[in-house]
Amino acid sequence: MTHVAASTQNTSQALLEIRGLHKQYGQLEVLKGVDLTMQRGNVVTLIGSSGSGKTTLLRCVNMLEEFQGGRILLEGESIGYHEVNGKRVRHSENVIARHRAMTGMAFQQFNLFPHLTALQNVTLGLLKVKKLHKDEAVVLAEKWLERVGLLARRDHFPGQLSGGQQQRVAIARAIAMKPSLMLFDEVTSALDPELVGEVLSVIKGLAEDGMTMLLVTHEMRFAFEVSDTIVFMNQGRIEEQGPPKDLFERPQSPRLAEFLKSTRF
Amino acid sequence: MYESPSWLHELWSAREALWSGFLTSVQCSILAILLGTLIGVVAGLVLTYGRFWARAPFRFYVDLIRGTPVFVLVLACFYMAPALGWQINAFQAGVLGLTLFCGSHVAEIVRGALQALPRGQMEASKAIGLTFYQALGYVLLPQAMRQMLPTWVNSSTEIVKASTLLSVIGVAELLLSTQQIIARTFMTLEFYLFAGFLFFIINYAIELLGRHIEKRVALP
Repeated sequence: MTHVAASTQNTSQALLEIRGLHKQYGQLEVLKGVDLTMQRGNVVTLIGSSGSGKTTLLRCVNMLEEFQGGRILLEGESIGYHEVNGKRVRHSENVIARHRAMTGMAFQQFNLFPHLTALQNVTLGLLKVKKLHKDEAVVLAEKWLERVGLLARRDHFPGQLSGGQQQRVAIARAIAMKPSLMLFDEVTSALDPELVGEVLSVIKGLAEDGMTMLLVTHEMRFAFEVSDTIVFMNQGRIEEQGPPKDLFERPQSPRLAEFLKSTRF
Repeated sequence: MYESPSWLHELWSAREALWSGFLTSVQCSILAILLGTLIGVVAGLVLTYGRFWARAPFRFYVDLIRGTPVFVLVLACFYMAPALGWQINAFQAGVLGLTLFCGSHVAEIVRGALQALPRGQMEASKAIGLTFYQALGYVLLPQAMRQMLPTWVNSSTEIVKASTLLSVIGVAELLLSTQQIIARTFMTLEFYLFAGFLFFIINYAIELLGRHIEKRVALP
């Protein structure tokens, strides 16, 4: 884990650069100009109360949500939209699909494909998006299933796995695609308390390997331990960000102080 | 003294007409089910994912046909096709009517099954970089088809039953063949029961096939 703090400074080597991101649903503005920069190897965690825009921000990065203003650059490529004669134009579906493959995402509800085995869930993207040969895809998928401790369950269907196991397969499915950035959207929120640990330890292991990760979580202790930078969001804006120790121990914003108190961290 | 021939004797002498009627019923049903399913899948996909202007004609088709009795549909195809300068025979007109009927029902079955899938399935597909058509082919349709199967089997048996309406426009399917035999033998009850039994056989076979597929593709 490299301890390079995320900052709002413009750096040319930044892996992810978000500038002035605006997102609205009809009249409701959910992101009101968000700036965020991540370097390779950074682990950044978004915290904040529900409705603050954390999940929406995460989903804009892989275009699961459209956004109306601002830019997202991932490895220098403009995500979602580009400019043609000064006009903002949405990329073609194929370009968006290619950009999406640059990020991996794990969801709150796992979203494994129920008609495919654990192994097939992981190989699908490798075969159809990465166009790997079947043998190669299987070797890679087995490697990642082993990494999340589920090689023995490779031929099980999602319905035969526990919530924690399903989430670990979902993480393997995303990671096997070798994304340059992993997005984790409240991956433990739907799990029974005793299953949370196994998923968090997988994520921790990935962080130790230097994986660049952007997380949304309510697990404050985990966020504190795993993150280089904590970003506190409030009402569609970044209210405060910095190293976990600073944020948790010396919050500047009264809202963050209040939020931390309410989470009993 | 005149002795009336037994039913089995009459059945034997009518075997060719019955067999030919049976085959015609099977043939027009299968054609209508296959073509109707094809139209229905396309219509269902457009109704689920299409933009407004693409959806509009399919919505019109589905609502119009579903609101029309099959009998009227079959007659309309039979009388309207020649009026529109399209020379088709009674069998073709009948199959056309059944196909349109089947297509409109399958369209709604497909739409219902696709819309019942959790939104996360499409999102997870997109998140690993699958294109829309890849997501549809590898993730959504395989799941939707499992859901559709029982309802689709039901619609197919409806088509087999509706195929008897082709008798009105002169297609010698099983019912019309049976009526012709009855007109000759006056064995009304016996031959109608026998025809009913044959229709049951066709539909039971479809149901068995459906159950077999359902079992094979069932998820744990």
